Amino acid sequence: MTEAYGDAVTAPFWAAAGQELLLQRCDSCGAHQFYPRPFCLACDHDGLSWTPASGTGVIYSRTEVRVKVRPELVPPYTVAVVALAEGPRMTTLVVGDDGEPGPTCEIGDAVEVAWMPRTDAPPLPVFRRSA
Amino acid sequence: MTRTVWDRHGVHIAGVAETALGEVHGQTELSMFAAAAREALSEAGMTLRDVDGLFVNYMGEEGTVQVGEYLGVTAPRYVDSTDIGGAAFEAFVHHAMLAVAEGRCEVALIGYASRQRTRRARSVGGGAVDTDSLAAQFQSPYGLPAPIGHYAMMAARHMHQYGTTPEQLAEVAVAARSWARLNLKAWSRDPLTVEQALAGRMISTPLRRSDCCLVTDGGAAVVVTTAERARDARKPSVRVLGAGESQTHWHLASMPDMTVTAGAVSAREAFGMAGITAADVDVLQPYDSFTITVLLALEDLGFCAKGEGGAFVADGRLAPGGALPAMTSGGGLSYNHPGALGALLLVEAVRQVRGEAGDRQVPGAEIAVAHGVGGYNSTASTVVLAR
Repeated sequence: MTEAYGDAVTAPFWAAAGQELLLQRCDSCGAHQFYPRPFCLACDHDGLSWTPASGTGVIYSRTEVRVKVRPELVPPYTVAVVALAEGPRMTTLVVGDDGEPGPTCEIGDAVEVAWMPRTDAPPLPVFRRSA
Repeated sequence: MTRTVWDRHGVHIAGVAETALGEVHGQTELSMFAAAAREALSEAGMTLRDVDGLFVNYMGEEGTVQVGEYLGVTAPRYVDSTDIGGAAFEAFVHHAMLAVAEGRCEVALIGYASRQRTRRARSVGGGAVDTDSLAAQFQSPYGLPAPIGHYAMMAARHMHQYGTTPEQLAEVAVAARSWARLNLKAWSRDPLTVEQALAGRMISTPLRRSDCCLVTDGGAAVVVTTAERARDARKPSVRVLGAGESQTHWHLASMPDMTVTAGAVSAREAFGMAGITAADVDVLQPYDSFTITVLLALEDLGFCAKGEGGAFVADGRLAPGGALPAMTSGGGLSYNHPGALGALLLVEAVRQVRGEAGDRQVPGAEIAVAHGVGGYNSTASTVVLAR
């Protein structure tokens, strides 16, 4: 990829993908936010810094998908919304220890970030149950 | 019952009509809508020549323009194509109410028509998204079916938080079907039991086939006007007592609380304007895109406390003969869902308060509420109507 992936505001997140899960942290109130924006949603401050997240969280909700949605995803697989330890939520896929989608999970399960390689885009943040 | 309803604006719905429904052949969306518009205007004692406000979306680019040209409404004074999905139509009543009350237009035509079924226009992929959009970056790659996966996550969270059961969701589908059996225009009229619903195919846990609305052709037209102009109507006109609208989120992970919808604000606004509470409502037309949509709306509109929706719908409370008649046409689950259901909810609400709903008439219905929902439970709008 010659051009940065994402857009003008999100490019740093994708540049770090596969190495670190980056979140924006407000320089004034300390709130974390996701997805990226050029201002703090919590206190309206302009100054934000990219910060490595812990990469841990808990399942806020999840659904096991039984229909075909994307060619590369074979049902059944579980899509979840994870509440990150820092506060923000992310939509994600639940993967097993082999890194493949498919395992189920329960709301409240502790999870940690993993990275799913993609051919035409930076690695995708996904989550697996914590050991 | 003593009611402190507040007819502040003197704005009425003077005519309503459905388009052709089900699988519509030999017509276009524009011809379907033209027929419904002329029928609704005829109820109001008017013709297309009287229309000076147009409130339309999802019928070709540029909102109102193509419909206006087709109908020959070439010089309206007020146009609005608010784009909040299925909730747009109750929002259109809100906007038309204010425009008519302020004299910015006098005869507002609201409506929609779709042939999404015969065109096979729906898929769970949720349509194409721009490759650099936020959704393409942070949501689409995960394969969440749209819209059902979004609603499935809300249902799963509600079950986790409040102990709601699949049987309780099925009760909503069964109630809708019970009403549809009384409506000759309903698409699905075979009997449905909770057991049958729970035996249906799972699509995105915990939502099964019977938790999902129909995909049909259809639409409707609604005429909003002044009390004075409504006096010439061929049928009893219906007062618009209140209306409200709101929105919460677009991306699922940004929904502030998956068990609370924009209906909490839209209903607070609409009920506040009307001077009513949920206890005053005789008949409810909730947006039943999915069974969970109804359950969340019942809580957010104040028919029961947050978390109690599951218990509330048990024992046929929403069904014919129940304490809160809801989805009385059979709803999006069993009567018709043309992609945006909001306009049809208004038609049924009007017919109920006019007392012309035939076999499915709720006896003595005076106050009806139509509650629209759009997107991924992203938007909501509420209208209070009274005889």
